[in-house]
Amino acid sequence: MSAGERPLGVVPGWVWGALLACLAAQIAAQALRQAGAPAAGDLPPAPRAATLRLASFGEPEAGARLTMLYVQSVDFAGGRALPYRNLDYPRLVGWLRAVLALDPRSDYPLFAASRVYAEVPDESRARIALEFVHESFRGDPNRRWAALAHAAFLAKHRLHDLPLARRYAAEVARYATADHVPLWAKQMEIFILEDMNELEAAKIMIGGLLESGALRDPQEARFLAQRLKELEARIARRNVK
Amino acid sequence: MPTAILARLVLLEARRGGLPWLAAGGIVLALGLGAFLSQVALTESVALQTAIVAALLRACAVFLVAAQVASSVLREIGDKGLEQMLSLPLSRSVHYLGRLAGFAGCGLALAVAFSAALLPWAPPGAVALWGLSLALETMLVAAATLFFAMALAQLVPAIAATAGFYLLARSMAAMQAMASGPGTDEGFASQLARGVVDAISLVLPALESVTRTEWLLYGPPPAGAYASALGGLALYTVLLAAAGLFDFHRRNW
Repeated sequence: MSAGERPLGVVPGWVWGALLACLAAQIAAQALRQAGAPAAGDLPPAPRAATLRLASFGEPEAGARLTMLYVQSVDFAGGRALPYRNLDYPRLVGWLRAVLALDPRSDYPLFAASRVYAEVPDESRARIALEFVHESFRGDPNRRWAALAHAAFLAKHRLHDLPLARRYAAEVARYATADHVPLWAKQMEIFILEDMNELEAAKIMIGGLLESGALRDPQEARFLAQRLKELEARIARRNVK
Repeated sequence: MPTAILARLVLLEARRGGLPWLAAGGIVLALGLGAFLSQVALTESVALQTAIVAALLRACAVFLVAAQVASSVLREIGDKGLEQMLSLPLSRSVHYLGRLAGFAGCGLALAVAFSAALLPWAPPGAVALWGLSLALETMLVAAATLFFAMALAQLVPAIAATAGFYLLARSMAAMQAMASGPGTDEGFASQLARGVVDAISLVLPALESVTRTEWLLYGPPPAGAYASALGGLALYTVLLAAAGLFDFHRRNW
């Protein structure tokens, strides 16, 4: 006890009682309260990007990431059998679009769209998420290619929609031209064409790649040359039949 | 040198008043919250932690400087210490600028400490640019709070005026974008609103272009833009100091 304080005994009994009773009531009320995650239908309409920018008080990078944490907390689906089944996807895409406008260099919205929201077992919802990835890709292809490449993968293996997968893969090959974009991403369309039995088109693409001189790794060039030979053999076999 | 002595007294008061402990508490709180939020992030966990910590530390530095300046000045006014100091054979400019230099020193110390806390997550060069910008920003806030504290001579109005000024300055670019963005009609009311917003922005510092988190996440800004932003801060700080001096000289204590 410092010199500036009086002994505890001088505090009236009713003040002690009120303090302890209120403290106990507070703890009990908090303990009984069901915290719980917000319900699925609770995602409100997305704000305009300008509104989010205003609310972030000049910290758009932090604001964008905090908004993503908020969005992902809605109907966050631990081990549920049908995750995000009640989520309003058009609204969700509105939020993702606003976050991307707030910080266009953040990978978060596209990562969440392609790796989380597009991987739901509901095909119509998955397509909405994939289309968002596709529409956003053109804004900065050399930064956002990975999300669209994954979207092509999902379209092929989850949705079994090869034309859609080819469309996405073709856009990656066409627009993501920076050196840091790996060749497998630029070559995805070839393998999708093979799966579609479009062997001639795949052959032309591989031949074009080999002739263009874009392949700097000799191993990669050898691999594709081998692939070209296999394709030619398959085409010859098909023509014989 | 009287100005330096007054500045030293201000720094001494801040140290004895527990400002270093509050700064340490702010760092611990920001790091803790950043670490927690990065755990629930799906991706960009380091970027998220950096962004959150930087934003919190910036707000914390500004708040601590404003609260320190307002409480120190108003305590001095309240217990008549300022009147006693004014009886010394020193000009009013020395009194005012000495205190301002001391508060600017507090801001500088906070900026150095808060920048050091960001070093594990961002490149040292970017952190240095961010820290220098934060130091100038806190100096501006110190000058604004000193002006409002001397002019209003009440704690709550002084802090409220500083907070309003600061938040308005940080939101001004977003407000201008909203006022002139797509979807706004071309009626008289819209044009008037746009004109008012543009006019207000002329007398506010461009705080949205300084101490930017994007420097820590995506690399330092172009040298010209950075120098221009910091030059604007320095100019506005001098403007606030001049306005404060003007008011301080004509006031009867």
